[in-house]
Amino acid sequence: MPAYASPTPPRTGDVAGTLRLLTYLALAVALLVLDHRGGWLTRIRAQANVAVQPLWWLAGLPARLGDSVRDDAVTRSMLAEDNRRLRNALLVSGARQARLQVAAAENARLRGLLGAAERGGLDVQLAPILDIDLDPTRQRLILDAGRRDGVRLGQSVIDAGGLIGQIIEVTPATATVLLITDPDHAVPVLVGRNGVRLVAYGKGRSDQLELPNIPLSADVKVGDAIITSGLGGRFPPGFPVGNVASLRPDDSRAFLVAALDPAARLDRGRDVLLLQQSRDDQPSAVEGRPGSGMTGPSAVESGDSEQQRQHGGDEPANAAGTADVPAAAPGSSRSPVPDPRSRPPQGATP
Amino acid sequence: MSRPRRLWLLPVSIIAALLLGLLPLPPVLQPLRPYWLALVVAFWVIEDPDRVGLGFAFAMGVIGDLAFGGILGEQALRLTVMAFILQRFRAQVRFFPMVQQALVIGGLLLNDRVVSAAVHLMLDEPQLPWSYWWAPMLGMVLWAPLFVLLDALRIGRRRS
Repeated sequence: MPAYASPTPPRTGDVAGTLRLLTYLALAVALLVLDHRGGWLTRIRAQANVAVQPLWWLAGLPARLGDSVRDDAVTRSMLAEDNRRLRNALLVSGARQARLQVAAAENARLRGLLGAAERGGLDVQLAPILDIDLDPTRQRLILDAGRRDGVRLGQSVIDAGGLIGQIIEVTPATATVLLITDPDHAVPVLVGRNGVRLVAYGKGRSDQLELPNIPLSADVKVGDAIITSGLGGRFPPGFPVGNVASLRPDDSRAFLVAALDPAARLDRGRDVLLLQQSRDDQPSAVEGRPGSGMTGPSAVESGDSEQQRQHGGDEPANAAGTADVPAAAPGSSRSPVPDPRSRPPQGATP
Repeated sequence: MSRPRRLWLLPVSIIAALLLGLLPLPPVLQPLRPYWLALVVAFWVIEDPDRVGLGFAFAMGVIGDLAFGGILGEQALRLTVMAFILQRFRAQVRFFPMVQQALVIGGLLLNDRVVSAAVHLMLDEPQLPWSYWWAPMLGMVLWAPLFVLLDALRIGRRRS
């Protein structure tokens, strides 16, 4: 080595350090690209997610404690007030339900006349949200119920307002929900007023969805209710997705782009409903059982937190949150149950 | 001077940082959440260079990605970059007065935001709203108390 090139000892350290930096950067970029494109890494990721679950559980603890403290500390008058409000809501829902029952029966009869296949009934299952903040750019939600509670991949997730998203990852004790507002998410929808079929995309913001490529001739107006169309088979038809908030021409000026206000409360709630499309959707129009149409969840009983795992719906669903429920074969074909009370409510929270 | 006795502080501080990152905050405060994991990793890079280096930062980043449900590798990249810069200037930063040290950390956190924005741009992911750019400021303010706390825990253990 010539003397003029003499590298000082720290300099060689620098070089080694830079090399190490480059190695790790390359590794990180490889991970980024692999994870972003999906593929085999998702499986490894699902495995690794099991390892961080205690962390999630621990992080969700304060919120849970806060809830239970609130539940314990509410005064009698507040409870009475709550009770009164809920009773009123139940009354209204009950009345609405009764009207829908008639409509559903009529619908079934008409379908029978048309010889059309009846849509399968819907089960719902109540699942609590694990209250933790994830990466704010990714629209995900962690549920405190997993495979042990009968949650399955691809289930639709709704709340009282409308569609929230779908299950994309299930571990034994938790499940990950991809929200409809995630930029990777698209829902086949239709305009409730005139049946124009569109696709709603997420934008990565929890308060907005986008409906691109609306033909100028399609009659879409601000305020239109957008519901799931059921095309593609992933989401059942007829669930509210949002309302058109604004319309503007897109870059090509040949189509319109609509901004949607999501119908569901995506930011924060305590529980969500998981839909289980029952498997007995063979053409059974002859049966014409009332209340098995698209009436959706009806009269969800929500009492205090002990009774939270209770549920309503057309047919009994199994209770999420209780680890020892034997999942009651959620997907198996079950005979039409006319009386929702024929199955005892399962399990109380430990 | 028993080495194994203060070994607990490293994992505990990391777990605490992860928990603080996951803790649900009201939506108004969410953009202000400091990047706790980066602060803790920075502390260890400055204080314990023998054990904590780029590899450690990378591993913590991967764990952070898993915990926060982000894209795998994003935080690994960000923390590696931060640890590298900090390692380079460790000799100076170590003896800076606290205010100056906090400024350096603030700069690093800001740089971290830039790196994160670049990653999101590269992968065509949505960017964070602008309000999130205030978080480095809070991280900077919190650096001094965090440093004092962790250092006290470390030294205190060592002397007893």
